[in-house]
Parts: sequence; C-alpha cells; structure tokens
Amino acid sequence: MAESILGKLGFRRASGVDEAGWGRTLAVAVVAFIYFLPVLFIIFTAFKPQGDALLVPPTLSPTSLFGLIPDHFVFKPTLENFGSVFSRSMTPDGAPEATGFDRYFFNSIFIASASVLLALVIGTLAAFGFSRYPLKGNDTYLFIILTTRMLPAIVVIIPVILMFRVVGLSGSYLGIIMLYTAFNLAFTIWMMKSFFDELSPDVEDAARIDGSSGMRVFFKICLPQVIAGLAATFVFGLILTWNEFLFALLLSGPDTRTVPVAMNQAVSSGGRGTDWTLLAAIETLFLVPVFLVTFFLQNHLLRGVTFGTVKR
Amino acid sequence: MSTIELRKVTKRFGSFTAVKDVDLSVAAGEVVCLLGPSGCGKTTTLRVIAGLERVTDGEIVVAGKVMNNLPPEKRDIAMVFQFYALYPSASIAENIAFPLYHDGISGAERTARVNRVAAILHLEHVLDRLPNQISEGEKQRAAMARAIVRDPNCFLFDEPLSRLDVELRQTMRGQIKEVLQGLSKATVIVTHDQLEALTMANRIAIMKDGLIEQVGSPHEVFAKPANAFVASFIGTPQMNLLEADLKTFADGTADMTVAGTSLAIRTDAAVARLQPGKVTIGVRPRAFTPTDTGDRGTISARAELIEPMGAETLIHARTAAGADIRVVVTRSQRVKVGEALNLRPDPRQTHVFDGAGKAVRS
Repeated sequence: MAESILGKLGFRRASGVDEAGWGRTLAVAVVAFIYFLPVLFIIFTAFKPQGDALLVPPTLSPTSLFGLIPDHFVFKPTLENFGSVFSRSMTPDGAPEATGFDRYFFNSIFIASASVLLALVIGTLAAFGFSRYPLKGNDTYLFIILTTRMLPAIVVIIPVILMFRVVGLSGSYLGIIMLYTAFNLAFTIWMMKSFFDELSPDVEDAARIDGSSGMRVFFKICLPQVIAGLAATFVFGLILTWNEFLFALLLSGPDTRTVPVAMNQAVSSGGRGTDWTLLAAIETLFLVPVFLVTFFLQNHLLRGVTFGTVKR
Repeated sequence: MSTIELRKVTKRFGSFTAVKDVDLSVAAGEVVCLLGPSGCGKTTTLRVIAGLERVTDGEIVVAGKVMNNLPPEKRDIAMVFQFYALYPSASIAENIAFPLYHDGISGAERTARVNRVAAILHLEHVLDRLPNQISEGEKQRAAMARAIVRDPNCFLFDEPLSRLDVELRQTMRGQIKEVLQGLSKATVIVTHDQLEALTMANRIAIMKDGLIEQVGSPHEVFAKPANAFVASFIGTPQMNLLEADLKTFADGTADMTVAGTSLAIRTDAAVARLQPGKVTIGVRPRAFTPTDTGDRGTISARAELIEPMGAETLIHARTAAGADIRVVVTRSQRVKVGEALNLRPDPRQTHVFDGAGKAVRS
C-alpha cells in the first residue's frame, strides 16, 4: 500500500532485494527527521509573524494538530515575509520599494544553469575523449585537471580578481559564467569519464561495423546510455554552483548579483539588526528551484549506472 | 562475390604477436570456423577482418577489395558479438533496423525488412522491448537479426553460442546453420567449442599461439590431424598420445617400445621414412578393442576409473609404466575397476607423430 504510492511517484525497488520491515523504516524516518529539523525550522520561520522569530521558548508549529500542541508553541502562519522579499519599505516610515530580488533570482538561475550546462557539454566531450582516445600520459592530464579543484576558493580569489579586472570581466555575466564553468569542468570530466568507462566497448564496435561514424556512435549509442550520469552530474554541479558565495560576492556586480550575495546584503543592511523572518523567507524561496530539479531528475539519479548491456 | 581472404596477416600488440602469418580464404557460401584454446589469436583474427584492429602486416581482402586501411564502417561486414552488443537504449526493432539507416533505405522498406528477419528468427513478439527485457536466446537471435537484415559482404561471429545453456545451444546451432545456408555469404565463426565447429563449419581452421595449425573439413581435421596438437584438440574424449621409441618398421608393422613395453603395432606405411627414435603414437579412445589375451599387438593396462556416459562407458586405464590411457567401450561391455585390459589399437586409426609432433602419413 505504501509501496504502491511510491510506485506511482516513480520509485522503483531493485528486484531480488528484501524491503525493510516497519520497525526499521520507522527508525530511519526518525533519524531522517532529526536531520531535516533545521530545514523545517527555517521553513516555519519564514511563515512566522515578524515578532515571533526570536521568542523564547520558540513557537514550533503552524497548527495545534487538533489540540495536541499547547497554544504557546503555535504561531499564526503568514505570507507577509515572502512579500517583503521582493518589496518592502527601506526606512521606518517609507513607502514599499522593490528590493531587486526578482532580478537576483533570475541571475542565480541563469548563471547556475548556463555554467552547469556549458560544463556538461564541454566536460562530456572531453570525458569521452579521455575515455576512448587516451593521450600519452592520460592519467597525468586527468590529475592536473583535478588539481584545479584542490585549492580552496579563497586561495585563488586574488589572482582571479586581478585577471577579471584586467580583461574587464568583473561584474559581467560572461565572467561569472566562465568562472563557474571552469569550476564545474573538473568534476564533470571525472564523473562522465567514469560513466563512459563503464560502457561496453562491444556495443560501440557493433555500431561501427553497422556503419556508424565516430560522431554517430557518440551521439546515438554512447550518450543515451549515460543519461543517468548526465543527470547526476548536472544536479551535483547545480547544487555546488547554486550555493557558491565567495566568487559571487567578489566578482558579481549590482546587475549580476546572485541570491546568496544579495541575501547577505539584505539582512545585514539597514541598521535594524538581522531580520530573521525575512532571511528565512529568502532561504525558503532559494531552496525551491534546486529541490524541484532534483525531484524531477531523481529517477535518473536513482537508476544508477548499470544498464544490463553486458553481464560478464 | 562475397569472399574473405587473409594473406600473410600478422597482428602485433607491442612486442606480443597475437596473429602470425595467417593465410586463409573463405569462399562465398562457405562457413569457416576458427577454433582454438583461449588466447590463440582467433578473436583477434576476426577483429582484424572486421577492421576493429589494424593489421601489422599482410592483406585483408573482402569481396575482392583490399580492406587494410578502411575503417569498420566502410567495410560492409556484419558481425555478431559474443555478448551480443545490442544497443541498450533502443528497442529490439530499432536495434535490428540500425544498420539500415546508413544505406539510405526508406522507412517503409526498413520496417518491412525488420519484420521479415524478425519472422525468420521468431522475434515478432519482442520487437517493442528493450534488450534487458528479453531472454538470452532472444538476445542472441536479435543480434543475429541485426547482422542479416542488410546485405553485407560477409558475416563474422564471435563465440555466438557461448552464453546460451546447453539445450538452447543445440537449437541455435541448427538455426544459425540453416540461416547461413540460405544466405550464401562467406562466414567466419570463432569458437573454442569443437562441437560447435564440427557441426556448423564447412572447414575448420585450428589455431594455436597465433598460428593456424591446420585447415580442413570437419572430417579431415578429425580423421587426419596434421600434428599432435590438432589431434589432442579435436575429439572428445581426447586422443591418447603415448610416448614411444621406434625401433624398426617392416611389413606395415612398427616395432617400438611404448611405456616400457615392447610392441609391434600396425601403422601407416609412411612410418618407413622415419629414423628410429622418439615418436608419439596417437590412438582415439574409441579406436581400441579390448581383447581377452594379450600379445605384442596389444597394450596392457589396468582400469582405474570408470565413467558411464550413457550409450558408452569411458575407462581410465594405466599401463605398468604409468601412462594414462582413455578407452571408450560400448555400454554392454562390463569392465570393473582394477581389471587388467589388453587393448588392441585399430591400425587404420593409429596415428604416428614424429619428434616435432608432425603427423607421419602417406
């Protein structure tokens, strides 16, 4: 019964594996709930009236669950905070002004998806090359590619800022997209190479004998087999890029600011102290796009990398 | 004409020579099996013909054209892979139709052709499924269908039956043979299973360490093995190869010491050409007749292990000098463990191999 609901949602159970009993399922659910608690707290805070955020003891639930939860733990949910993400008065008595967050959300979505997709295109082609047409010292190249990710952002940020200043890329979409693409490439190449390495070379040989050129083998035979890999790489890259703060803080301009940077500025400016409910509302909105993408790609993520081509 | 010709083909991987000076020609409509133990270079030979490996030396001629420098997609060859190599993300119908996209064939004609081969190979009911949703036998037939759907220069099969169970293997063997007979193309089948080779091939090429040891009809390689390796490789149970010391040869009878016993055995007249010395005597397990009394024409041994095989019984016997002899007798002949046997080899089926292992035959 529970299984059939999951089945309708597209979850598939590996055949030949016993499903856990209710006891274990419950235990896992409890642990999962503990992990989810901070996120839940943020989401609830986003719906609290402004004064409720700092109450001690905190209010915990938007509903009393039919009297189960004592009244002083219950808050009255409001959508006010979400409105003030996009438009609010900046001075104590001023009229509401647009905050520009619509633009920042667009920036985040545009910059993250453009750079992850670009990295996926370049990285997949590169990975196929590394996998099928190895260079002399192939592993050395792969290692060097990985070294670009070994240094923390803070170490490379100064030369990057200087380079961007010199060529005039600071504050432009192109600049930050290029940077994030380079940032994602190493990961994409390594991920996709391992997916291509898993494919059966026989299948490609068969396609060539059946008359396909190298390009056609890649697009018609190899690529359809690594869709799960593409989806997984896309989601991981998206999450990394979406949450990136330091590069965005130092390299984006007023027009290309991403949400993490804007969030920082929105809650720490105005001299009124931190507006926690506003922060929670921005964070909640910020979670939605990545959550949706991950949710829609989860079938591919879950499917794994064995396709039953060849059983050896 | 659909023919394949290999002229002095050599393939080296670094310092390792996988295939050495191989000459082989396959006529139109002929099925040649490359047979040999693993690592003998048979699959490499097949891949060289297909263009998946480049030859180091020699020439590959398919349908009268030298193919050495052509990539596989330009050779117009169909190949069935050991693990079938079906395209996992395409349905069976799309898999079968795949080779047709390159020949500029219209959609309707494509469907018609797919349906025709699907009917021949009994695949109509799985055309909409994905490769991982069908059985091993169906995968095998789908791979076969993809090969025969167009009209290639020739067919190559790499261990086509190795992944099927025994029963299915027998059925498929017949089916492949039947389909190939209807096509009259040059076909090369690689196998390590001699039964497959003996049943499906017009000619068998037996390979060892990159060399072709013998090419001949199934009958020839069985009845007249060119050397001791072919003799031991073809036929089950294996031929008995006994070390012997040739003394003299007169009147069709060789006087020799086999496993410490002095024997006079009737052999091929060509043995007269041999100098006295070390030779190998080859006798198939079914070529012995157990007799009641021993003489100089029989080998005496003691039965050690008895394996009933249904219609026949396999006896493992040991001579006084410790040589193993396998004998197959009919079911009606009862032999007990420990029983002394006098085994008379059939002179027409007694092979003599010289010191280098080459068959001595007139």
